[in-house]
Amino acid sequence: MAEPQDPMQDDQPLLVAEDVGKNYGRLTACRDVSFALYPGEVLAIVGESGSGKSTLLQLLSAQLAPSAGRVSYRMRDGVLRDLASLGEAERRFLFRTDWGYVHQDAAQGLRMAVSAGANVGERLMAVGWNHYGRIRDTAASWLERVEIDTARIDDAPRTYSGGMRQRLQIARNLVTEPRLVFMDEPTGGLDVSVQARLLDLMRNLVGELGLAAIVVTHDLAVARLLSHRVMVMKGGRVIETGLTDQVLDDPREPYTQLLVSSILPA
Amino acid sequence: MNAPAYNFAYLDEQTKRMIRRAILKAIAIPGYQVPFASREMPMPYGWGTGGVQVTAAILGPQDVLKVIDQGSDDTTNAISIRKFFGKTAGVATTTATSDATVIQTRHRIPEAPLHAGQVLVYQVPIPEPLRFLEPRETETRRMHALAEYGLMHVKLYEDIARFGHIATSYAYPVKVNARYVMDPSPTPKFDNPKMDNCPALQLFGAGREKRIYAIPPHTDVVSLDFEDHPFTRYRFDAPCALCGAGDSYLDEIVTDDKGGRMFVCSDTDYCESRQLAGHRGSESAAPHKERAHG
Repeated sequence: MAEPQDPMQDDQPLLVAEDVGKNYGRLTACRDVSFALYPGEVLAIVGESGSGKSTLLQLLSAQLAPSAGRVSYRMRDGVLRDLASLGEAERRFLFRTDWGYVHQDAAQGLRMAVSAGANVGERLMAVGWNHYGRIRDTAASWLERVEIDTARIDDAPRTYSGGMRQRLQIARNLVTEPRLVFMDEPTGGLDVSVQARLLDLMRNLVGELGLAAIVVTHDLAVARLLSHRVMVMKGGRVIETGLTDQVLDDPREPYTQLLVSSILPA
Repeated sequence: MNAPAYNFAYLDEQTKRMIRRAILKAIAIPGYQVPFASREMPMPYGWGTGGVQVTAAILGPQDVLKVIDQGSDDTTNAISIRKFFGKTAGVATTTATSDATVIQTRHRIPEAPLHAGQVLVYQVPIPEPLRFLEPRETETRRMHALAEYGLMHVKLYEDIARFGHIATSYAYPVKVNARYVMDPSPTPKFDNPKMDNCPALQLFGAGREKRIYAIPPHTDVVSLDFEDHPFTRYRFDAPCALCGAGDSYLDEIVTDDKGGRMFVCSDTDYCESRQLAGHRGSESAAPHKERAHG
């Protein structure tokens, strides 16, 4: 399934945002966001609640239409296309093949009543896999990769712990080998040791698969561990952007300095 | 007519017109669920209000009506619907599959092959095959519109994961005309192959859910499955105890409280006509023996 990536294409951006903004009536949720995301790159969007990070994520993943600007994505055929110009069928197809979306609440991203195997296999069946044995083998190998005991392949995720659910959600998203994964507070609501394990797993997977990812988080530790680049948002604007280490070690904006200094010492 | 207070076949002409328009649309888009303004009928939901409305809309004075419930012509539901149309439309009724022009059915397709010119009307409780996997109607409609049917296979996957085989034995999902996935109403999957390329018109009416859908004659109807777990019919491995048929769908009848049971054809017309033709099973009742002696 994985076609070898054309190395010539790697210097072309995968996702491009140009002056993207969204208003809800008179309220501006986010404005003037521009950046380019390259294949294999992990971008963290950090900021406090209400800073527009989640709205931005929804704009980037075509779940919301921007009020201004545009978001373009380089399809597998190498053509950069404006997401707003995609038909609903194309958008949904993109969403279940080339993209992944990891919700904060795993219950939103999983089918809680069907088995873990079927949860992982659903995307495969949606793209026309029609061989039970192969679907199951693939699901089992993905459960292994996200460190879930394959003996639990037939258990429903509602019997899983929070950390397992989140890992299952990741497996479900990665099974079609997407090129871009959106993550909305992937470690929110998990306890610290589970968070650490999940982050470790995600970092390995992202590295192994060469995934590009956009991670929304308010946790700077997540940003530091996972991302190459950081965008700091406040009041709907991007106030600072740069390499993760640079932004977190040597923040320029007063707000970013406040964010960094408000991390509790471990 | 027998009952002048009613219009022919109970429903007023405007209502029939509305239902016929829905039926025509359903025939034009095989397997697509067409919404219609379902009426209150003089029977509770779940007793075939959808099927009755479809039958009422297509029935003409020359039609011959047969009504079956689980294959049987003589259960309460079948008798009362047959009487209902006998009274409100004055049409001829029959129990013989081959003589009927309109057959209203609940949960079965007759064993005798249907022929061109016949209409099979199904009573449907839940028309949406994706309902139990995706509760949102807005979402299921979108999935039908975009032909996103991966979810249907999730259900079959779950069956195999839990039971080792596709355990769905009725309401087994089918794909009609290589486009729409459809719930064939709670017929046993034994009957699914009969829907494929059937010379008769098949209409489905769901009264409570307000949907009509159809399979025009000679349309491809394929039961969904996996390559390594193909669709199979299911039938008790026994001959009919009354007529000895080895090819019909059987009901299991418990005969005592010591585990005694017998299997008989669920299609009573098929069973009776075989018995009339001299076929005998292990439990054949006395009248045939008497006739044999007389």
